[in-house]
Amino acid sequence: MTELNLLYTDVEDDLRRTVRDLLEDRLGPSAVTAMYDGDRTIVEPLWRALAQNLGLAGLLIPEAEGGFGASAREAATVCEELGRAAAPVPFLTSAVVATIAVTGSGHQVVAELAAGVTTAALAVPFATAPYGPVPRLAATEGTVTGSVSSVAGALEADVLLIPVDEADGLAIYAVPVSEAIVAAVPSLDMSRQLADIVLDAAPGSRVRGDAAASVRAALLAGAAMLASEQVGVASWCLAGTVDYLRERRQFGRPVGSFQALKHRLADLYVSVESGTATARYAAAALAADDSDAEVATAIAASYCSNLAVTAAEEALQLHGGIGMTWEHPVHLYLKRAKAAQLALGHPGEHRGRLADLVDLPYEATDAGKSR
Amino acid sequence: MNTQTDVADKLSEKVTTFLAEHDPVTTDRVEFLRARFDAGLAWVHFPIGRGGLGLAPDLQQQVDARFAEAGAPDNHPRINVIGLGMAAPTLMAYGTEDQLDTFLRPLWTGEQVWCQLFSEPGAGSDLAAVATRAVRDGEQWVVDGQKVWTSSAQNAQLAILLARTDPDVPKHAGLTYFICDMTDPGIEVRPLRQITGESEFNEVFLTGVRIPDSQRLGAVGEGWKVANATLNNERVAIGGGPVPRESGMVGVVAKSWRANPARRRPDLHGRLMELWVESEAARLTGQRLRQKLAVGQPGPEGAAMKLSFARLAQRLSGLELELLGEEGLRYDDWTLRRPLEVDFLGRGPGYRYLRAKGNSIEGGTSEILLNIVAERVLGLPPEHRVDRDVPFRELAK
Ligand SMILES: Cc1cc2nc3c(=O)[nH]c(=O)nc-3n(C[C@H](O)[C@H](O)[C@H](O)COP(=O)(O)OP(=O)(O)OC[C@H]3O[C@@H](n4cnc5c(N)ncnc54)[C@H](O)[C@@H]3O)c2cc1C
Repeated sequence: MTELNLLYTDVEDDLRRTVRDLLEDRLGPSAVTAMYDGDRTIVEPLWRALAQNLGLAGLLIPEAEGGFGASAREAATVCEELGRAAAPVPFLTSAVVATIAVTGSGHQVVAELAAGVTTAALAVPFATAPYGPVPRLAATEGTVTGSVSSVAGALEADVLLIPVDEADGLAIYAVPVSEAIVAAVPSLDMSRQLADIVLDAAPGSRVRGDAAASVRAALLAGAAMLASEQVGVASWCLAGTVDYLRERRQFGRPVGSFQALKHRLADLYVSVESGTATARYAAAALAADDSDAEVATAIAASYCSNLAVTAAEEALQLHGGIGMTWEHPVHLYLKRAKAAQLALGHPGEHRGRLADLVDLPYEATDAGKSR
Repeated sequence: MNTQTDVADKLSEKVTTFLAEHDPVTTDRVEFLRARFDAGLAWVHFPIGRGGLGLAPDLQQQVDARFAEAGAPDNHPRINVIGLGMAAPTLMAYGTEDQLDTFLRPLWTGEQVWCQLFSEPGAGSDLAAVATRAVRDGEQWVVDGQKVWTSSAQNAQLAILLARTDPDVPKHAGLTYFICDMTDPGIEVRPLRQITGESEFNEVFLTGVRIPDSQRLGAVGEGWKVANATLNNERVAIGGGPVPRESGMVGVVAKSWRANPARRRPDLHGRLMELWVESEAARLTGQRLRQKLAVGQPGPEGAAMKLSFARLAQRLSGLELELLGEEGLRYDDWTLRRPLEVDFLGRGPGYRYLRAKGNSIEGGTSEILLNIVAERVLGLPPEHRVDRDVPFRELAK
């Protein structure tokens, strides 16, 4: 058995640097804070720069379909950086989830996504886990009717990809947002604000039938990539808190010199390292189409969801009063982390799936009768 | 046994008589509250003449219940948390007769709301490092400095203030405790917004604020001791009043659980039950602590209560969001507002989660409380303190 490489390749490091430079250049925390008061002006230009100028929109699309043909490893690296900056761009929802849902369909939306000229969102509630049934709408004669609530990425999208119930299974329809009612909802994480969608006989174009596997693959990859984003969130929290506690003085000394706090941060470091390993493993397994990919995803999603929340909670606590303020960016990360924990399945759902996959069932069975 | 029942019965009779003499519906709100104070039914454990009857604090609950039943106006306890929970017991412990005459009744009736001018940018956990200066000028003190994180400063008429009166002695020895008039022209209150979107706390700038010496609480240089009485009370106030089972955050989350059968999972259930048991343990610990205290000033043991309270509020509110899933991803409203009162359990689950983060910071951080338990309760050797014996003026800032 060859081991998957869990380190960053040179290509990934270069990509990280490029993304980080752009984010440092174009995105300050105050622009993200402004989104909580409804100012979303940062989103469009920032996403255009990432999607088109850096070409990240087509990262996961095969070259034959007009994309870069990169793998989950590179996408994960991008997600880490986006998490580190709490960046309000629809990379996860469009370039990962929506893209995987339609890749290989031959539909023209794929080429548009690859070029970064179209942004799409898969119209399922953001809390949907990859393991259960996906809420579906109804289509008749090329029009789609129904509603979906709490969809991520819909506000940034030009096209909504709607799971539709057909006689022989699940299909995906593409509906331009202009044909839909997309209502923004106040969200715990306004850097990835949700929307409720209503379609009333909206004209759509059928992207693919027999789509259950594609939707599932899309949500699984989404959960895996989200884990990397969560690692990014946690890394920012750790680094920012270490910096702050080095400087902040109370009792005549830097508070970071108190052993109780040193241990807290050292513990957090151990967790961030662990989270990085699980997220890397999930990305590598997906990239290699490894048979362990689903296990890897469930591990990473379960571990990193909690990691990001813990890291952000620790960061807030260890900043003291300033951590409770709107002014200081730590709350942006707390909200991002807590929302991400509930997104694409909460940790309990991932652990539930994992229990099946690794044969650690919950239910009691009669002695002698194995499952 | 008998005498206890006797006391309770007599008290109940007293309430009946009071309600008969003061119609809770037709009497003017403030008049009603003043009369209730004068009758000793405000806080029965306070002395006679000070709003109380010198009885055991447990009996208050029964009195409050009777008044609530009768539809009597209350004193908006959530608006005046600092006044009722912290200023009042500190006044009782250190106030002069004149100060008690002047301040207690309007405090209890809510005619005067109080805030707490303790923390500063450079003095949070290290509260004894406050730099706000109070300089004596005849019968007055002139105060200059900056406070921060002051909750309710926008609603307050009065404040408890910790200020430095002598920078030439070590930090703990040079502090004095004052009652500060928040309507003084030298007071400027600037709102600070909180992670919930609300603007609950403030920066307060003091410039040439004048405080009569008659509003000094305790001796000059005794501020640290007085402040500790306040903090011990704050921690108890925040940590635990008398509470029935499933009060507070655990009650909210239990309700969510019962209302959301479709979202139940073994994983969440295990955590819920664990936190439910811990909440019950904390509640019973609070009951024991109250019984031990009976009358008198709480000691550092209150720190333990506040630690459990904060931990549980945070873990339970976090769990609630996981339980709610999609609903947990939504937030009611980020609009900036200036709340009149703070309700840790109010608004939605997202608000509860975010607001609970403050519970382990306000009133002394959980880390500082752990230090207090370790050093003052368990008697472990203290941290090496580099600044204990150095005059405040010479400390590195
Ligand atoms: C919602 C809210 C309301 C508040 N209301 C008021 C109010 O009305 N009036 C008022 O005066 N103040 C108020 N405060 C301020 C509060 O008391 C302080 O924020 C708190 O004491 C911490 O001080 P700090 O913010 O300066 O943090 P710091 O003291 O800078 O602490 C930073 C971190 O270091 C840790 N730390 C510091 N020293 C040690 C040590 N020796 N050992 C281990 N860890 C340590 C702290 O626990 C914290 O995690 C409020 C705060 C909040 C969040």
